Amino acid sequence: MRQIRFPFVLWLFIVATLVNLFLQPDFLQPVTINSNLRVLLPLILVAVGQAIVILAGGIDISAGAIVSIVNAFLATRIGLNGDPGTATLMITLSLLAGMAVGAINGFFVASLRLQPIIMTYATSFLFGGLALLILPNPGGGMPSSFTKFYHDTMPLGVPLAFYVIALVMLAWYGLRQARYGRYLFAVGGKADAAFQTGVPVSLIQFSTYVISGLMAAFGGIALTLLTGSGNAQIGDSLTLSAITAVVIGGTALSGGTGGIGGAIIGAIVLGLFRNIVSFANIATWWQTFVNAAIIVLALAMPGLIRLLRRGNT
Amino acid sequence: MKRIAISPPVAAVLLAIVLFVLSGLLPNGFGSDLAIARAQATNILRLAVFLGVVAAGQTLVIISGSEGIDLSAGAVVTLSAILTYSIVNGSNANVLPALLAALLAGGLIGLINGLGITFLAISPLVMTLGMAGVVSGLILIITQGNVGGAIAPIMTQVIARPVAGVPGAIPIWIAFGALMWLLLQRTSFGKHLFAIGTNRITARLSGVNVTAMATGTYAVAGMLAGLGGFMVVGNTGVVHIRIGDPFLFPSIAAVAVGGTLLTGGKGSYFGTMAGALVLTLLTSLLTTMQMPESVRRMVLGATLLIMISIYGRERRFRQ
Repeated sequence: MRQIRFPFVLWLFIVATLVNLFLQPDFLQPVTINSNLRVLLPLILVAVGQAIVILAGGIDISAGAIVSIVNAFLATRIGLNGDPGTATLMITLSLLAGMAVGAINGFFVASLRLQPIIMTYATSFLFGGLALLILPNPGGGMPSSFTKFYHDTMPLGVPLAFYVIALVMLAWYGLRQARYGRYLFAVGGKADAAFQTGVPVSLIQFSTYVISGLMAAFGGIALTLLTGSGNAQIGDSLTLSAITAVVIGGTALSGGTGGIGGAIIGAIVLGLFRNIVSFANIATWWQTFVNAAIIVLALAMPGLIRLLRRGNT
Repeated sequence: MKRIAISPPVAAVLLAIVLFVLSGLLPNGFGSDLAIARAQATNILRLAVFLGVVAAGQTLVIISGSEGIDLSAGAVVTLSAILTYSIVNGSNANVLPALLAALLAGGLIGLINGLGITFLAISPLVMTLGMAGVVSGLILIITQGNVGGAIAPIMTQVIARPVAGVPGAIPIWIAFGALMWLLLQRTSFGKHLFAIGTNRITARLSGVNVTAMATGTYAVAGMLAGLGGFMVVGNTGVVHIRIGDPFLFPSIAAVAVGGTLLTGGKGSYFGTMAGALVLTLLTSLLTTMQMPESVRRMVLGATLLIMISIYGRERRFRQ
């Protein structure tokens, strides 16, 4: 009999939601969902880009630094008194910038054949330095009308983040149906075999870093709209959280298996964990530990279940 | 035309020498004063020791392959530094127990990493990242933000006391490097480590206990990070709850600059020593030049990129 597998991350999501609901009775109110999602959206967007790179067998350690570049750029170029016209231009430019720095990563990985993890680690310094060059000290920002729009817009009573996530999912399903999607999984599964069957491996690898740069730029825009201020190191912590979200979402770091949906839910689960820790009246000194321990447990659970099953049979 | 091949450790050492000479030409460099040049070289070497020891464990897990990496090294350095500081509490008699505690704590954390990676099939990157969070959490619980204690006089003496004109830390590092070489090249542990790094399936078929080797490697790496923390606090004499963080990513970079393949199976500790030297030199060079943080980061990134572009390439696809 074929076993229907219910993705593990959905179990985590259900359990985490229930615990949250218990701790915070108004958790499912649209306003609460909105305030949770708008904080998580930058991580979700970065995780989506990261998932695509990882699916193709790479990794992008520089994603957080790209977020920082975009944040520094927008905070200095739009400023607290910027008008919508400049803002539109600058936001468009920041998306192009994200793709451009992503293309640098892609070039090094695809053309020079450098190991992705150390290569993007090196470019994370380049990009992080660039962000600091743009904005040496925290400052600048966006007009409060922009942040208010990001914070409170709920078209048809549904949080803005839902629409963004829906668009991302739609784009992903489009990509997956196209030849590109098949190539992506082929490259991540076995690059040598894919190359021999005529898949343009280098081009696909290159494109994933451009996508990751673009998604990091979107994440940077969302983060700037969320905070309304500039800080050239704000994106640094997003990189590793995004990778954790991708893995919790069921995408293997070795590439070839997984998807975007898992990464999005994985990012939300990480946010729910953080909520639990802050709402459960845990002593301040214990919060870091409890949060990290829950994450490690969540990572360990699939393996534990497998070990137990093997023990029973 | 035959390509000129320079082995990565040699290239890294050459780069270190070039960087050092360049640093002498700076306006506030040592110029033609050999005594000052010697003092500066000694100082850089001494600083590189601590990164070098922390990066030793990183070298082992990276050689072990299968995406091996240890992101918990920074947190383990902090934990063992704090343990050392509070156990020693200023008394020479407590130094040995403190060293044991540092090794034990590091080894235990490494063992948990190894068990999660081998038995639960968690990828090393996220497993060790998760453990880094757990250990940082533990540190907060233990210290509640402030650490009491002191290091013992004997620790500073051993690290700083001149042996044949150089501070004790340097001969200790050389001896440590020799031991690492013996471990990698002359023991079955080393042989099996390279075997599982190259190909785990063939290693298993030729009789290597892959699970035990991989688990053990992470445990040993944890112990080495613990040793690193013990030495770091012996050098600084003070401790704070982020003392290990600055060692984490440089430890990985040192391994890569030293020519150890991040895909595993190939590398050496001498390369890592040279890599630690290059990174320490570069950092201190940029600090002396009073470059802003932004330029410092970009130069570090560019150097790393150039180093790995020279010899870190993977082979091309072939039909």
